[in-house]
Amino acid sequence: MATPTLEKADAAPEPGFADSPYITVTFRVRRFNPEVSAEAVWEDFQLEIDPKERVLDGLHKIKWDVDGTLTFRRSCAHGICGSDAMRINGKNRLACKTLIKDINPEKPITVEPIKGLTVLKDLVVDMEPFFQAYRDVMPFLITKDTNEPTRERFQTAEDRERFDDTTKCILCAACTSSCPVFWNDGQYFGPAAIVNAHRFIFDSRDEAGEQRLEILNDRDGVWRCRTTFNCTDACPRGIEVTKAIQEVKRALITRRF
Amino acid sequence: MATTETTASGIGPVEGGSVHNVDNPAPLIEAPRKRTKKSPKSTRGNFEMYGWLFMRLSGIVLVVLVLGHLLIQLVLDGGVSKIGFAFVAGRWASPFWQVWDLLMLWLAMLHGANGLRTVINDYAERANTRLWLKGLLYTATVFTILLGTLVIFTFDPNIR
Ligand code: HEM
Ligand code: SF4
Ligand code: FES
Repeated sequence: MATPTLEKADAAPEPGFADSPYITVTFRVRRFNPEVSAEAVWEDFQLEIDPKERVLDGLHKIKWDVDGTLTFRRSCAHGICGSDAMRINGKNRLACKTLIKDINPEKPITVEPIKGLTVLKDLVVDMEPFFQAYRDVMPFLITKDTNEPTRERFQTAEDRERFDDTTKCILCAACTSSCPVFWNDGQYFGPAAIVNAHRFIFDSRDEAGEQRLEILNDRDGVWRCRTTFNCTDACPRGIEVTKAIQEVKRALITRRF
Repeated sequence: MATTETTASGIGPVEGGSVHNVDNPAPLIEAPRKRTKKSPKSTRGNFEMYGWLFMRLSGIVLVVLVLGHLLIQLVLDGGVSKIGFAFVAGRWASPFWQVWDLLMLWLAMLHGANGLRTVINDYAERANTRLWLKGLLYTATVFTILLGTLVIFTFDPNIR
């Protein structure tokens, strides 16, 4: 923001304009409404917006002031809930964590739904297959029947550190929907499911690591990963997704040999 | 404050004549091979793990075999022009080169076939396409491996 100075009053012919933080940005949004047309189309919106605002703010401006039919998911608006992963300028990001100034607002900013999942309307996709894969790795603590919780399950700091990275996942699907293997074959578990399996496989308190490893040893499990690193690039939580997948592969191999 | 520039589109009420409306929505473009509740038909066994390991291990061996092969055949000793029936016959007189070529044949074929199997799994979406492409791949692989092996073992330098 420009700092107001004494000379400014004489210099600026239109007070309040020259020091305006607003710039004109084009939002190029991929739109689809099955109740209107079978075709998805690009629609341009010109916005006056502060570049320090986020892409989500731009989408809000469109939805609230220009075209109320624009449909997208968001909930927390602060990078916690994982609702608003979308493909912004060709890269998967959270709209609520992407500042407009960081993604070259001189050119139109493209906003598309994440890939590899069925588009329901505009930026909203069917997340069900994604969550099905998540459910399939049993993402909850499993202990033996004889290990009833009578007291807190203790864990050393090192044991906790072992899987710290993968506890950060917010299930936004940015990783899974950036994976070229998943784009063409939704049967692949995808990075997010593997990340969340990793979270329990390497948890010293959990006792179903074997089972989870066996699930990911599947035809559509970790061995379909081609190490493209798209997932690591996409993760808004900075999780080293590809590394987590490699650790699961290594655990499977060392288990056998 | 904000202005809209709508590109020519099927979106919005201006475009008449669309056959799709609330009562008759357009079909959604389904994602390929979606995972459903019934998907996890867990495949027991470690086939995919061994396949993954095999790609890496055979790759390491192939570096030596293939680069050595290319060097000998195409670069050293007068390059490609030296290759002829006599050259091949001379090399296959030695069990060392027989084993080298046999190993290279099997490893390269299995490595390449498994690689292409991956490519088919990655790219072919319809079950039928996958079936046929894999059928073709396996047929070609088995044929080439058998023919090559047969030639290496039954090669007769005195053939007229
Ligand atoms: C020269 C040494 C070689 C090395 C070190 C090597 C290594 C590898 C590795 C590690 C993969 C797995 C990649 C992945 O899982 O993403 C691979 C894939 C593949 N290789 Fe090789 N390879 C070699 C030679 C060959 C040869 C001679 C052929 C052809 C007969 C071949 C054909 C393939 C194919 C078709 C794939 C699958 C394509 C892909 O995964 O993108 N490779 N190779
Ligand atoms: S690993 Fe990262 S990108 Fe993938 S779902 Fe979790 S938070 Fe999103
Ligand atoms: S809206 Fe919750 S993560 Fe962006």
